[in-house]
Amino acid sequence: MRKLLNTLYVTTPESYLLRDGENVVVKVNSEERFRIPIHNLEGIVCLGYMGASPQLMRLCADNNVGLSFLTPSGRFLARVHGRVRGNVLLRRTQYRVADNAGESVNIARCFIIGKIVNCRTVLGRSLRDHGDAIRCDTIRSVDALLIENLQSIDDCTNSDSLRGIEGNCAKFYFGALDELILKQKDDFFITERNRRPPRDNMNALLSFLYTLLAHDVESALETVGLDPYVGFFHTDRPGRPGLALDLMEELRPFMADRLALNLVNLKQVKGSDFVRKENGGVLMTDTGKKEILGAWQKRKQDPITHPYLKEKIPVGLIPYVQAMLLARFLRGDIDGYPPFFMN
Amino acid sequence: MRDRRYADDELLSLSGIQHFCFCRRQWALIHVERQWEDNLRTTEGHFLHERVDDPFFSESRGDVVISRAFPLVSYTLGFYGVADVIEYIRSEDGIVLPGYEGLWRIHPVEYKRGKPKIDERDEVQLCAQAMCLEEMFAVGVETGDFYYNEIRRRVPLRLTNELRERVVSLSEEMHDHFRKGITPAAESSKNCTYCSLVDVCMPKLTQKKISVERYVRKHVRDACANDI
Repeated sequence: MRKLLNTLYVTTPESYLLRDGENVVVKVNSEERFRIPIHNLEGIVCLGYMGASPQLMRLCADNNVGLSFLTPSGRFLARVHGRVRGNVLLRRTQYRVADNAGESVNIARCFIIGKIVNCRTVLGRSLRDHGDAIRCDTIRSVDALLIENLQSIDDCTNSDSLRGIEGNCAKFYFGALDELILKQKDDFFITERNRRPPRDNMNALLSFLYTLLAHDVESALETVGLDPYVGFFHTDRPGRPGLALDLMEELRPFMADRLALNLVNLKQVKGSDFVRKENGGVLMTDTGKKEILGAWQKRKQDPITHPYLKEKIPVGLIPYVQAMLLARFLRGDIDGYPPFFMN
Repeated sequence: MRDRRYADDELLSLSGIQHFCFCRRQWALIHVERQWEDNLRTTEGHFLHERVDDPFFSESRGDVVISRAFPLVSYTLGFYGVADVIEYIRSEDGIVLPGYEGLWRIHPVEYKRGKPKIDERDEVQLCAQAMCLEEMFAVGVETGDFYYNEIRRRVPLRLTNELRERVVSLSEEMHDHFRKGITPAAESSKNCTYCSLVDVCMPKLTQKKISVERYVRKHVRDACANDI
């Protein structure tokens, strides 16, 4: 399997990124702070307003390293990438399938099946590990609703009803997620999913992890030559990476939600890592962000066995493998898109 | 002069013939899917060619004039490419070379990282190069050389009719695949271990017996059957 390379996250807003030979150099106030060969990198994510030299951009483009710029709060601003990769025939197939409601919904169903099954696994895991500390009845009743919806997906042939199912399940799931927060209950709670801005610490934490995941999924889709902006479940909207959001559906519970719960329950993040603004929105402090980025990077190294390929891969490669499987399905190598199921 | 069979935008990369000969799927991944991954072997190849591929470096050694990175094209085969080295050897049955006195015979030399292969993938590539040269200069080219870096020695190649026919049939097959945009299924073999595209190709995937539908159904069934 492909090697998992590092993503460099730059969090100091005064940093400037430049190239020295085959190295990426981070300078703060013209003083070198960090240096890494480009070959060790998969992507560079700049959080905050900072600069990068055109030479560095070229180095990234030549080596297929994604360079993204995010606002300090983690909202996506822009990315620099080289020539469009991959096969024009693949992209044409993608567009053709996206234009065909029936074919689209068939793929979309797989994303949502993956999502609901994985949400159930998150609930089930907590129930097994901490059954004595949480209200099992609440979780079980939510789980029954998820199963009910999961079974109805089979008969679902249009994307509006699929969206309805997905919306219901998300509501049930986020309603139950609060039960899985075992520690620091005063600082971390969730009644519903909200964003723009997130209105509590847990939502802020989830938003941040989803941004990191979105970056990885978008890069993965580009690497295999798919257009991240044309989705099968999410409809086209300028500036919205529809396919990246599609593919994220099945990955959120495993890659982001579980990590968020662990961070809180193991007290790796604290209430003091978050600041509430006057408008009710919650922001994350620099120390909080650093802690989460460290945990995210570490999590990506963990090995798992891919349920479909039966091959051992690090967690960080899951987006790439799923993007590859999607491309392989569109090109006719396999008979369907196999979603990622966590175990 | 033979028929001009292919138009400019139908030309395929000549070097692809070695990939096609080695593994049709590998060729399709590179030339149809536009996927390319470097590994140790391909990088070593690049380094070797960095020295060979300088078009502004030419030299003559008495009876041999050496031209590097020589652009090639054949409208009959539908190939374009670059020859590593063309040697012009002083010979009575040769052609006129602008800027040089006398007559010169054309002799292509192809640089390879490894050692001679048991299959014919290198041979068809060099033969295709020679056929381009024949078309471009309207002369016959009978021999060429490989330089294999691993054994640091030249290995001569005689361009037999059999080999030429093989090149023609491979070129036809390549154009057919390319027109249809086909990526053939993988034939998993021990070669896959050395292939830089193995992660993109996923050879086991196209031979998988279990259908995706069954895989999804199984997981949904398990999910619905088990109480959490």
